[in-house]
Amino acid sequence: MLRVCWKGANAAARKCLCGKVAAHPLQHCRRYTSAGNSGSAAGKIVAASLLTVGGGLGGTILYAKWDPKFRANIEKSVPYSDQIFEMALGPPPPPFIPLQKKPGKVEPLQISSVSEASKDSKQPKAKGKTKEKQLEPAPVEAKPAVEETQALSPQTIEEASAEAAHIISAMSEVQSVPAPGTSHEAASAESEAQTPPPPAQSAAADECHECASHEAALKERPVEEVAARLAQQDKAEQDTLAALAFSLEEELGVSAKLTLQAIGAQEAALAAIGTHTQRLREAMDSEDPPDKKSAQWRELEDALSERSHAVDQAGQSLLQAKEQLEKLRVVINGAKESKIDAARPQILAAEENLHSMIVDLDKVVTKVQTAQTEAKIVSQYSELVNEAKVQFQKELSSITPEVQANWKGLTGKLSADDLNSLIAHAHRRIDQLNRELAEQRVREQIRIETALDQQKQEHQIVVESAVKTAIQHNREEQRLEQEKKMQEVREVMEAEMRTQLRRQAAAHTDHLRDVLKVQEQELRDEAQEALSSKIMEQETHYRRQAQEQLDAFTLDMNSAYARLKGMEEAIDSHVVAEEEARKAHQLWLSVEALNYTLKTAAADSPTEPLEAAVRAVKESCADNEFAQALATALPEESITRGVYSEASLRARFYGIRRLARRVALIDETRNSLYQYFLSYLQSVLLFEKDQEAPPTKLAPHDLDTFKLLAYATYSIERGDLELAAKFVNQLHGESRRVAQDWLNEARLTLETKQVVSLLSAYANAVGLGTTQAP
Amino acid sequence: MSEKELGQKWDRCLADCAIKVGAGLGLGIVFSVVFFKRRTFPIAFGTGAGLGMAYSNCQNDLRSPYLVLSNAAKEQ
Repeated sequence: MLRVCWKGANAAARKCLCGKVAAHPLQHCRRYTSAGNSGSAAGKIVAASLLTVGGGLGGTILYAKWDPKFRANIEKSVPYSDQIFEMALGPPPPPFIPLQKKPGKVEPLQISSVSEASKDSKQPKAKGKTKEKQLEPAPVEAKPAVEETQALSPQTIEEASAEAAHIISAMSEVQSVPAPGTSHEAASAESEAQTPPPPAQSAAADECHECASHEAALKERPVEEVAARLAQQDKAEQDTLAALAFSLEEELGVSAKLTLQAIGAQEAALAAIGTHTQRLREAMDSEDPPDKKSAQWRELEDALSERSHAVDQAGQSLLQAKEQLEKLRVVINGAKESKIDAARPQILAAEENLHSMIVDLDKVVTKVQTAQTEAKIVSQYSELVNEAKVQFQKELSSITPEVQANWKGLTGKLSADDLNSLIAHAHRRIDQLNRELAEQRVREQIRIETALDQQKQEHQIVVESAVKTAIQHNREEQRLEQEKKMQEVREVMEAEMRTQLRRQAAAHTDHLRDVLKVQEQELRDEAQEALSSKIMEQETHYRRQAQEQLDAFTLDMNSAYARLKGMEEAIDSHVVAEEEARKAHQLWLSVEALNYTLKTAAADSPTEPLEAAVRAVKESCADNEFAQALATALPEESITRGVYSEASLRARFYGIRRLARRVALIDETRNSLYQYFLSYLQSVLLFEKDQEAPPTKLAPHDLDTFKLLAYATYSIERGDLELAAKFVNQLHGESRRVAQDWLNEARLTLETKQVVSLLSAYANAVGLGTTQAP
Repeated sequence: MSEKELGQKWDRCLADCAIKVGAGLGLGIVFSVVFFKRRTFPIAFGTGAGLGMAYSNCQNDLRSPYLVLSNAAKEQ
């Protein structure tokens, strides 16, 4: 396509050269066609690329809409894609966070809250009871446990949570008393008799109490406090015990007295009733003359009154005794509630006494009651008999009005009619009585049956009551026996425990003895060790001190000796130094002489030979290597012949310069006569500065003869023979040959001068060194 | 003295030149007179020879320090 365009352009250009007008439309056409061709191709390509890109974008967006992860990836990797996505699809979906469920915690919380709530609700109720704080959780726990006995799982959780709550409460509330816990339980068990305890409750109570005891154990007080508290408790116990015992005895005494009184009264009443009944019976049965009868009746009345009196008294005393027994019971309960073990036997005894008293009282009361019933029967019988008698009397009197009451003594006084009527009456009476008897028999049968029934019932009731009382008594007896047995067992246990404790105490004392022995030994050893170590310390200290003293003394001696030595050495060194100074002075003098000889150079002749001066120098510094070396370093020529002065060299230099300028071109290669002529010409025609300051660094173009000579002239004019010699040394060819001698002489002079200056500097230094400051 | 050497050389050179030129001249004259019937060429020749010899001598003398002798070159 490009080639086509290019060709077209070329052709157009060529055509342009020929004729523009014709070329242009063609050119345009060609351009159009080529453009058209290229345009269609380009258009195709553009369209294809657009399609691809659009497809890619659309696909990406659609897939991102479907897959948010893909969208997130693209947003992360391609910048600004998140904006595009937001425009096209809307905001991204919210991130998916898995919800964490914690069902396990909710329930215990609920239950604990329930327990808390129940605890709170039950607390005032629990506090209403007169219990110690330790027992509060027990009923609190008991009640929820009681309430929720239906559901088992909540109960267990409840118990656990209640336990936990209890632990928390116990930790905050507990006043730990490491003493009797069993009585607590017993008391709590007893006092809980109001609410029938389910089995779980006692277990819970046990658990709870264990927790409490655990918590109590955790918060143990220090020993002294515990001992003090125990002592305090013991004392309190003793006091209460004494008080209890006292009160018990008092009450017992009083109740015994009253009971005896009551029993006495009852027995008196019994006796009275017995006598009364007896009298009554006698009065009934006896056939005494009327005066005796009246006496009997009077006696009977007396007996009756006595009996009623006695009964009343007995009743009163019974009441009193019962009251007292109640009091005693209350006191005993109170004593039981005080929970002092030592009072137990007393309580037991008191209870036994109480029981026996009650039993006696009851017995006596029953006796009295039976007597009373008998008396009632007898009185009823007597009443009946009296009634019959009266009736008979009335009948008899109705029949025989004259006859008096006592019909037995009537046998001589009565007539035949009276007798007949009496007999007829008697027969009639007998018939009647027989009829009555038969009737009575029948009625009796029925009555007996009813009476039997009644009696059965009454008997039943009585039996029941008797059984009840007997059971009660039995129960009481058993309880008392049990308590007695318990007491005995406890005593036995106590005795055993005491023996065991004694044994343990014995073992403990043995162990203590052994331990003490061992400790004694250990302590002894320790003390011994301490003593020996202290002794050694003291010894070492003493030794150290002695050593220190010795050291100090030796130090002083040494220092004194050293000072002495120092002083000697100083003196010696002084001598040496003076010697040195003298030598240095000599050396200096000889060097000065040498210097002086250098100055003896005349204008054109060299100096005197330095031999003598050098010899003098060598003599003066015979032991000084440096000076010797220096002295020997002087060149032979200077020693034998002497050296030229600088001034002469300077003067000579100008001749050299002129000559060197003239033969500047002559060297190994060019040394014909013609060259000589040329070099002479050059020297005449070349105009240069006489003196030129030499640069610090010589460049190759500076190695020209004329330049060098200029630098050398400059240096020599400034008095720098060395530099001038250096520059002259750079000459080569004929110029160099011409200047060779001068160079040698200059070298000699310089060497000598150097050595002499070194020597003089050295001599000066030595002299300065040996000079002692005043 | 090395600087005087050159002057001495020049002196010698000049002296030699004078002698040689004179001798050449003389010989030339003699020869021209004696052998070559008073022609001038022997005089010129003699003078020239004399001058040439003097020149050569002078040159040689002046060159003498720079001469590298064959034995020395061979040795090197």
